Amino acid sequence: MAGNRRVKEILRELAIVPETVLVICGDALVTADHIVRDDETIELRPVMSGGAGSMP
Amino acid sequence: MKCRKCGAPAALELRRHNAAFCEPDFLEFFRNQVREAIRKHRMFTKDEQVLVAVSGGKDSLALWDVLIDEGYRTTGLYLDLGIFDYSVESKARCEKFAAARSVPLIISAVAEEVGAPVPVIQSVTRRPPCSGCGLSKRYLMNRVALEHEIPVVATGHNLDDEAATLFGSVMHWQMDALPRQSPALPSTHPKLVRRVKPLYRLSELETAAFAFMRKIDYIVEECPFAAGATSIAHKEILSRMEAASPGAKHNFLFGFLDRARPAFEQAEGVALNECARCGQVTTGTICAFCKLSDQVKRRVS
Repeated sequence: MAGNRRVKEILRELAIVPETVLVICGDALVTADHIVRDDETIELRPVMSGGAGSMP
Repeated sequence: MKCRKCGAPAALELRRHNAAFCEPDFLEFFRNQVREAIRKHRMFTKDEQVLVAVSGGKDSLALWDVLIDEGYRTTGLYLDLGIFDYSVESKARCEKFAAARSVPLIISAVAEEVGAPVPVIQSVTRRPPCSGCGLSKRYLMNRVALEHEIPVVATGHNLDDEAATLFGSVMHWQMDALPRQSPALPSTHPKLVRRVKPLYRLSELETAAFAFMRKIDYIVEECPFAAGATSIAHKEILSRMEAASPGAKHNFLFGFLDRARPAFEQAEGVALNECARCGQVTTGTICAFCKLSDQVKRRVS
């Protein structure tokens, strides 16, 4: 996916609800207004868990 | 985006609070929410032992981390469900966490207690996997606490878990479940320990962010049986509502706890007996755990 775009635009394109993922860039979290450069990689880590097996 | 408290670049936006925080200020916000939950519901004191039920996931390990840092006397309890690699990996995460902090961890295996691991329980009983699993967890958490004379069990249920459970109860008007939904359930029988949920004020995003910032090595993969679980479907619905209207989940849950729950509390409590087989608390003669165990052992043997 091409960079130089804000995180919120990337999430919108992927149809991901922002509050359902951590957005990780390097070793830090970034907010929706962060601009992801072409040479950067971000990880979208789901936060949702459920069922009894994964019950907290 | 700037931190609301110090103006530094923010790491996390919390739309329901109309705020964003840098890492240090978010960690303090998180701890304050846990302190407020413990204080408001008088969950436990620093003189008591607390049994923290841990699964290896973000919520329970984040909870344990906070309680240790706050100076509470904690013992972890990991219930080995026997769910293939998922259980192997989640158990390893709990053992690593406990060893790094030099805190005690009790491990109890469902296969030894019920007669078979969760995947076999599911296949022989034809119940949804989360059903037998949840039943076994509630039973074993209470029994282990009693055996170790620990008066309270803390679980990592967060705001999203609680809102999804409430949503499910309301969707089916489960009148018996509504009064029991609370961040703190008192002991109503000498063989029932207190159950508390110190993370109920914090969203799933917030517990995940806390675990990440604290560099907690938690299992990110989902339980293989959770796919298609009703609780996940309810969470997805609520997340879409939250995206359209930040604070919706908070208002739904806290509105219920503050204003509606008292109306559902039963005037007369349910009569509690001791199971004729194992001695644990039940509303009948034989408890649901013993019935499940009998059924599993009959089919497996």
